[in-house]
Amino acid sequence: MSRTTPSTSTTATTATKSGVRVALPGQQVGSADVAANFADIAPPLSAGEAFAESARCLYCYDAPCTNVCPTHIDVPAFIKKIHSGNLRGAARVILDANPMGHSCARACPVEVLCEGACVMNEAEHRPIQIARLQRHATDALLERGFALFTPAPPSGKKVAVVGGGPAGLACAQELRRHGHDVVIYDAHAKPGGLNTYGIAQYKLTPEAALAEADTILKLGVTFRGNTVVGRDVAFDDLVRDHDALFIGFGLGATNQLGIPGEDKAGVIDALSFIEHLKDKPYGAYRVPDRVLVIGAGNTAVDAATQARRLGAREVAFVYRRGPDEASAYAYEMELARNDGCLFHFWATPLEVVGGAHVDGLKVKTPDGEQVLAAGMVIKAIGQEKQGTALRGFGVAVDDKGRAVVDAQRKTSRAKVWAGGDCVNGGKEIVNAAEDGKQAARAIHASFA
Amino acid sequence: MADLTANLAGIVSPNPFWLASAPPTNTYGQVARAFDNGWGGAVWKTIGQPIVNVYSRYGGLDIGTQRLMGLNNIELITDRPIEDNIKEMRLLKKRYPKHALIASLMVESKREAWHEIVKRTQGETGCDGFELNFGCPHGMSERGMGAAVGQVPEYCAQIVEWVKEVSTIPVIVKLTPNVGDITYPARAAKKGGGDAISLINTINSLIGVDLDRMAPRPHVNGKGSHGGYCGPAVKPIALNMISAITTDPETAMVPISGIGGVSNWRDAAEFIALGCDNVQVCTAVMHYGFRIVEDMIDGLSHWMDEKGYETLSDFKGKAAPSVTKWENLNLNHFMRASIDHEKCVGCELCYIACEDGAHQALKLVQKGGRRLVEVKEDMCVGCNLCSLVCPVPDCISMVHVENGALDVTWKEFSAGKGKLADRPQHYTDIEE
Ligand SMILES: Cc1cc2nc3c(=O)[nH]c(=O)nc-3n(C[C@H](O)[C@H](O)[C@H](O)COP(=O)(O)OP(=O)(O)OC[C@H]3O[C@@H](n4cnc5c(N)ncnc54)[C@H](O)[C@@H]3O)c2cc1C
Ligand SMILES: Cc1cc2nc3c(=O)[nH]c(=O)nc-3n(C[C@H](O)[C@H](O)[C@H](O)COP(=O)(O)O)c2cc1C
Ligand code: SF4
Repeated sequence: MSRTTPSTSTTATTATKSGVRVALPGQQVGSADVAANFADIAPPLSAGEAFAESARCLYCYDAPCTNVCPTHIDVPAFIKKIHSGNLRGAARVILDANPMGHSCARACPVEVLCEGACVMNEAEHRPIQIARLQRHATDALLERGFALFTPAPPSGKKVAVVGGGPAGLACAQELRRHGHDVVIYDAHAKPGGLNTYGIAQYKLTPEAALAEADTILKLGVTFRGNTVVGRDVAFDDLVRDHDALFIGFGLGATNQLGIPGEDKAGVIDALSFIEHLKDKPYGAYRVPDRVLVIGAGNTAVDAATQARRLGAREVAFVYRRGPDEASAYAYEMELARNDGCLFHFWATPLEVVGGAHVDGLKVKTPDGEQVLAAGMVIKAIGQEKQGTALRGFGVAVDDKGRAVVDAQRKTSRAKVWAGGDCVNGGKEIVNAAEDGKQAARAIHASFA
Repeated sequence: MADLTANLAGIVSPNPFWLASAPPTNTYGQVARAFDNGWGGAVWKTIGQPIVNVYSRYGGLDIGTQRLMGLNNIELITDRPIEDNIKEMRLLKKRYPKHALIASLMVESKREAWHEIVKRTQGETGCDGFELNFGCPHGMSERGMGAAVGQVPEYCAQIVEWVKEVSTIPVIVKLTPNVGDITYPARAAKKGGGDAISLINTINSLIGVDLDRMAPRPHVNGKGSHGGYCGPAVKPIALNMISAITTDPETAMVPISGIGGVSNWRDAAEFIALGCDNVQVCTAVMHYGFRIVEDMIDGLSHWMDEKGYETLSDFKGKAAPSVTKWENLNLNHFMRASIDHEKCVGCELCYIACEDGAHQALKLVQKGGRRLVEVKEDMCVGCNLCSLVCPVPDCISMVHVENGALDVTWKEFSAGKGKLADRPQHYTDIEE
């Protein structure tokens, strides 16, 4: 590098406040622009940065960052290890507490968890970059191929895990460390659950999610993909053939709007939209100029910011209530604003208009009805719970369709534990990881 | 997994990490907690002559935002009754039979006094060894104890002899660094029959001046006194003294417990590489608590695994043979700075350091719209300064320069042997 004068280069694009490249009028974003748009939002730290950043940590006693983490990673301990050059030890501290430590380092909402609790917010108005330090340690593990955990000798016990997302994988790692036989059944072809198919691409790529899943499968876990439990395999058969079961099969499909025109081409649910874009090479998935996203939760933000990154000129949220009611984290809304997204608050969708393909969305606003033009409408109004499936498995559910469990994540059915989104109704990777870990410990204890 | 078992003159501990005799080893509760946290041994806070302490006892040296790079204290030995100390040591040893527990002693320089405390302590505590505190540089030394003994080799040897007359367990002699040449007291400790040496105790210091009060820090009601200095900043002094002892043929085989600024596993590995059998820690624990030992153990074993060392003896003393006298260094081994312009951030600290503070061997050049620092190859003397001030890891490296000359040391050259390779000339004639 050395001393350079900033240059102003002209391309076919212009950048938003957050740096997203958007095409100028009459131009198109190229695949290189799209790739740049999807680059890591929190890029890896260099060795020098990690050394300096780890030096900032005060090594608090009974640290707030650790206390607020649902898996209680000993944050100051792993940061101190990074500083002393013990990256392998740092990774072990992380993954021992949180089997999903790789993906959590990239996708955890740290602003409201560890980094939000860091005392350096008070001291210097700038928390320790815990997530990026965590990634520094866990990336080193993958790069150098350290094997952290070895399975205990075979216990002779067999456990079936329904769903290979964060909850199921965390449970599997912990069970294998105790020497139990584990088979994961998953509806998808690949493991990882929403880590592989759903998390915003600029936070977590499928490659990273699969590399993480692989470290766990390598402990000797059998993965049966493309297998829907309840359709391809009967749950009762699994109960019969195993010593214990763990259900971590997440949430169901995206909720329907229930308005006319919803079946028109160009109307898509947020999860399918994200899954498609994560599945395709950059630039291969084209979005129209105008995209509307219905909803104002974290999933809606992910859909909007990614539509923008794919090259949409105008992305707008449509939300029936006001900014204060939006359920997305404040910093996620901030990202959407910095990406240049627009907001239609107090706008209730009435009808999708157009021919075979969507042209727009008719909404009711305090000023009366109006039609918002759109080439694509993305629905992000929450996911269905798995109540029906859970009842079919003979597991008690609450009135919201969530599995009912005790503190050990044990369900009402003998030999069956559950955790993750299907229990908490949809939280974060880290909650799913903690559930899986705790359930595995309880399953292990039940074998004693 | 590496075996960290340490053995100092027959005193075996599960790992080489001991607490030094200091406030962290004041009480049963503290040392028990330390052992639960993983510490392998502890030298109890020095017992002996009854004393009274002042209030306001410590002063700190901060560098940038880093607190306690150095710590100074004007505290004396234990101020708790000797009965309490002895009882707690006994209970501790009973509860932790596998951990090393050492009694640190300091009494008047009288044979009966030393005999009495040695007999009483070994009889009543069951401790694994003694450490004789010949190091305390303040307060106690004014009364003819501590450093006052450690600074006079004859006294040192004499007291060790007295202790050995009655001691049935290993005796470690803790040396003061406040001497001109550490090899003399080290030899005296060996001559007196000491089984091991530990060093360093604290260094005489005045940590700073309070410019509002016009008094030294820390002050007691407006007055201060010189104190003992320790912490990360003293590590180089400790390492040098240890290497002086391990390279002295007379004391090379004496077991050593290394002390002084040990804060993490790397520091410990360095002490062991110079020949120590274990290390002791005080300031780092006073700063962060006993929990730091977890990474010391973890980091040291991972590092040993990576290097293929199975036990501490596999690398103990491995660096000692390369410590030599200056006159044995090769004068024809040339080094030169090499700057990686890809990594450079353009701070130009190397440039100004070399230009004003060293050998005027760097220049600023304009290339392709950037200003770069380049090495004047005929001027660089390979002093390292630029690489030391550079804030970017691995940006400036020191590379070996082949000059075709045969090796020659100062010892040989001054005896008329060998030939010097051509080296940069920096001093030109100035016009009158
Ligand atoms: C768009 C989106 C973005 C998100 N972003 C973040 C984020 O940035 N950070 C964060 O921490 N969290 C985020 N989350 C939440 C996070 O993804 C979930 O909390 C987490 O994945 C829950 O893990 P899980 O294992 O319970 O379920 P899932 O990850 O949903 O995994 C469930 C698995 O079960 C399988 N399955 C379902 N039914 C069956 C069946 N009948 N038989 C067999 N297998 C079945 C599925 O194929 C899937 O692989 C996001 C969620 C969404 C929807
Ligand atoms: C407050 C304080 C009290 C100390 N008291 C003793 C003591 O009673 N006996 C002793 O042998 N050394 C004493 N020391 C010295 C330490 O044992 C140790 O030799 C020194 O601090 C260097 O190690 P460090 O750099 O890890 O702190 C004391 C040090 C401090 C800071
Ligand atoms: S709260 Fe912040 S400063 Fe304290 S230990 Fe955690 S990361 Fe370090």
